This record gives sequence, C-alpha cells and structure tokens, in this order.
Amino acid sequence: MSLEWMFSIVENNWHLFLRAMGITLLIAIVGTIVGAVIGFIIGIIDTIPKKQTVKNYILRVINFILTCYVEFFRGTPMMVQAMIVYFGLDLAFGIDLNILTAGILVVSLNTGAYMAEIVRGGIIAIEKGQYEAAQAVGMTHFQTMVYVVLPQVWRNSLPATGNQLVMNIKDTAVLSVIGVNELFFQAKSISGANFRYFETFFIASILYLIMTFTATRLLRYMAKRLDGPQAYDKKEVL
Amino acid sequence: MDTVIDIKHLSKSFGNNEVLKDVNFHVNKGEVVCLIGSSGSGKSTLLRCVNLLETPNGGEIIYKGKDILQEMKNIEAYRTHLGMVFQQFNLFNNLNVLENCILGQIKVLKRSKEEAIKTATTYLQTVGMEAYVNARPNQLSGGQKQRVAIARALSMNPDVMLFDEPTSALDPEMVGEVLKVMRQLADEGNTMLIVTHEMQFAREVSDRIVFMDKGVIVEQGTPEQVLTAPQHERTKVFLQRTTS
Ligand SMILES: Nc1ncnc2c1ncn2[C@@H]1O[C@H](COP(=O)(O)OP(=O)(O)OP(=O)(O)O)[C@@H](O)[C@H]1O
Ligand SMILES: [Mg+2]
Repeated sequence: MSLEWMFSIVENNWHLFLRAMGITLLIAIVGTIVGAVIGFIIGIIDTIPKKQTVKNYILRVINFILTCYVEFFRGTPMMVQAMIVYFGLDLAFGIDLNILTAGILVVSLNTGAYMAEIVRGGIIAIEKGQYEAAQAVGMTHFQTMVYVVLPQVWRNSLPATGNQLVMNIKDTAVLSVIGVNELFFQAKSISGANFRYFETFFIASILYLIMTFTATRLLRYMAKRLDGPQAYDKKEVL
Repeated sequence: MDTVIDIKHLSKSFGNNEVLKDVNFHVNKGEVVCLIGSSGSGKSTLLRCVNLLETPNGGEIIYKGKDILQEMKNIEAYRTHLGMVFQQFNLFNNLNVLENCILGQIKVLKRSKEEAIKTATTYLQTVGMEAYVNARPNQLSGGQKQRVAIARALSMNPDVMLFDEPTSALDPEMVGEVLKVMRQLADEGNTMLIVTHEMQFAREVSDRIVFMDKGVIVEQGTPEQVLTAPQHERTKVFLQRTTS
C-alpha cells in the first residue's frame, strides 16, 4: 500500500468520489424516509381494531397483501430485489425506470418492510392505559393514534430508524448490479482504470465510515431534541 | 333529585365468566358514591362499563334520560361527560402536564387554545400542580401524576367523575395528598363515583356506599347503614376482613 497512490487517487478522482457519495446519501436518506412512511402506514393499518363488519373483510385482504410484501422484502436479498424491480417492471408493465429512481424504489420498499415490523411492534408495546385514557376523554381511534400513540412510537422507533439509515448507506453498494452510480460502483470503475484496488477501496471505506458515523450522531441528536430538557423549570407560584 | 346516570339490569361476561349480574344503581347530581367490595367482585368492570371502556352484554345505561347503549353512535361525545381517573394514572407519556390537560379540550371539545389553557390552569391549581406545567409524566412522583390525572379529567368539565382505586398504586406517603384533593372536590359538590379500598375515606366523603360481591350489588345506603350496621352476612364478612 502506498500513501502516494492514495493521494494521487484522491487528487484525480475527488469529484467522482463526492458525486458518488452524494448519490449514496440521496438513495439512503430518501429510501429511509419513504421506508419509514411505508412502515408507519402499514403498522397503522395493521393495528386498526377489528370488528365484524364488511370493512373488516376488506381490511383482511389488505392485511394479507401487506404481509406478502413484508415477507418478500425481508426474505430475499436486496441485490435480487434490485434486479426484479428494475428489469421486472420493464418486462411486466413496460415501465422503464431511470436507474436512480429504481435504486431509491428498491431501498424504500426494502426499508418499508423492516420498518413495518418495527412500527407494528412499537404500537403493540404502548400500554393499554394510554389508549384508554385517550378514549376516556372522548378521542376517536384516529385521534388517539395521531396525538398519543404514534408520537410515542415514533420516539421509540427512532434508534431503529437510525439503524436502518446506517444499513442503507452501506447496502446501497448492492445497487451497483443495476448500474447505479453510487460509491461502490464508482470505486470499482476508478480501480478498474488505475489497477490500485486496495488503495481505491480503502478510500471508499473511509468515506462510508464518515457517512455512517455522521448519520449515527445526527440521529442521536434528534432523539435528544425530542426528549426535551432533562429537568423542567418549576413555575413561580404566588 | 336529578339522576345523572341510571344503570338498569346491567350484565357483563368475559367469555363464560359472568362478572356483572343484573346490576341496578344510579348516581344523583352532586352525590358522592363509593363502590366497595373484595378483589374480583366486578367494581372496576362496572365503572368501565359506565364509560363504555367495556361493552356491557345487556341492560341499560341511562344518561340524562337517554339509553346510551341504544345510541352507540356517539360514544365519544358521551364520554366527554364522564371524567375518568385510573389506578395507573395513564398520563399521556409524550406530553407535558399542561398538554395533558388541554389535548382533549382542544381536539374533542374544540375549545380554543387560550380557553383550554385557562381551564387547565384553574384545575391544576385545584390539585396544587400549577407549578409543574412544563414537567413530563416521567419526571413526577405517583401522587403528583395522579393529581395531574384528576386535573386532566376535570378540565373537560364532566358531569360525573369516575375514580378507579386512585390511590392503590401509590406509596403510602402519597395517598394523603390525593385523598385531600378528592375530599375537596366532594365538598365542592362534584358528582363522584369512586371505587376504593380506603374505608375511612369512604366513610367520611360518601353520601352513599355501594357494596358489591361476586358481580351483584349486595347492599347500599349511607355510610352508617352499610359500614356500621350492615344488613347482609356477606357485607359483615367483608368488613371484618378489611378492618382486622
Ligand atoms: N379484560 C378481561 N378479560 C377477562 N376477564 C376479566 C377482564 N377484566 C376483568 N376480568 C375478570 O372480571 C372479574 C372482575 O374484575 P374487576 O377488575 O372488575 O374486579 P374488581 O372488583 O375491580 O377487583 P379489584 O379490587 O382487584 O380491582 C375478575 O374475575 C377478573 O378476572
Ligand atoms: Mg379493580
């Protein structure tokens, strides 16, 4: 390994690395956010109280479809999912996705499947007393979820969401199979030209670390903000 | 006398466990009624049926002349007339003290934020918690939480306050502060239905005491009638056990 090589690789390719980092971050961040939204929607649908009505029948069908979705995306490699989404959509529906869009879609759907489980568990973990207290002041199920339950679920699932973001930053690498120009793909193409595989990928690994480390810190900061001040100020009482 | 809630032939089963059997009783305006009875006799279930946290299997719940069970469409509106205080406090964990007391006012009663804060502040003063508006539930002691829970219920200006063993989850040294608030509410003429194991308290504040056993109301009357001169064998046995 030679330091000179590293410097020269960075010097000659820094703009390519930066661009690739940008794409990696874009896919990971958008994918995590969209995935979290999908996860919350599924978690909410899944925990709607079941009553013996026609609406319930429709709910069951929806729940079945959602279960299939979750099982598929949790049970297959993301690399395979990327191939299926990118080539399959074209084949089946003639939808020719832009590669970047396909990448974001795959990561979103994948994250959504994991987040659905996290949110579902988070909703179930909220004490019954929270629902009952909300009902007792006359709130509907919807109001109870929006103002009482989901804010708590969101706070409790923030660490898991952070984990997903970190995983997504790393796992975007598999999107190179469909030609997404993210950091791994870029490193591969740079090293293919200079034949300095170790140095190039060493640089890539540092860049991945910078991104994941920053993401972890940012999320920890967010959680702290949500928790509010450690101590409350007692108001002066006359 | 104005009857606020009139319960007729109420029954409730969990599976084949018949928990309430043909329960009849009423609460008048301004009256303080204490429900007593041994563990598992159905006191909580009865209270929870009154605000429909449990759905009764049969009978009637007449509120201001209307049978609520016949008009199940607007349960939410009905519940705003009943203030519920739970054994486990159940403050909203994601909200601070003030927010706990204004959420229902704003979202359910559609009061303006200013009005809600004003009302909440009044009742937080009643329970002596006005200094803690910014505190979160996990920063409060049990007694403080329960007093906030009482203020939250009062903030909805209900017709009846329901209490399910409000002091049973508290450390002994905090029971007094909560009972003091409840005594004050009773003196102010609030209508209250209280499930309690605090016999001394029940004797002092109640207009009427209702004794339940195995899902039926065995006897009811003034504190003297029920606690000093009980008519039924089951009441005598229960009182002996609780006083000894
Ligand atoms: N959700 C439920 N599902 C099944 N059984 C229940 C449920 N809630 C209560 N029960 C049963 O109903 C009976 C009455 O319970 P309830 O909680 O009303 O008694 P209680 O008088 O409030 O007792 P305690 O003084 O211990 O609070 C008990 O046998 C209990 O096991
Ligand atoms: Mg009970």
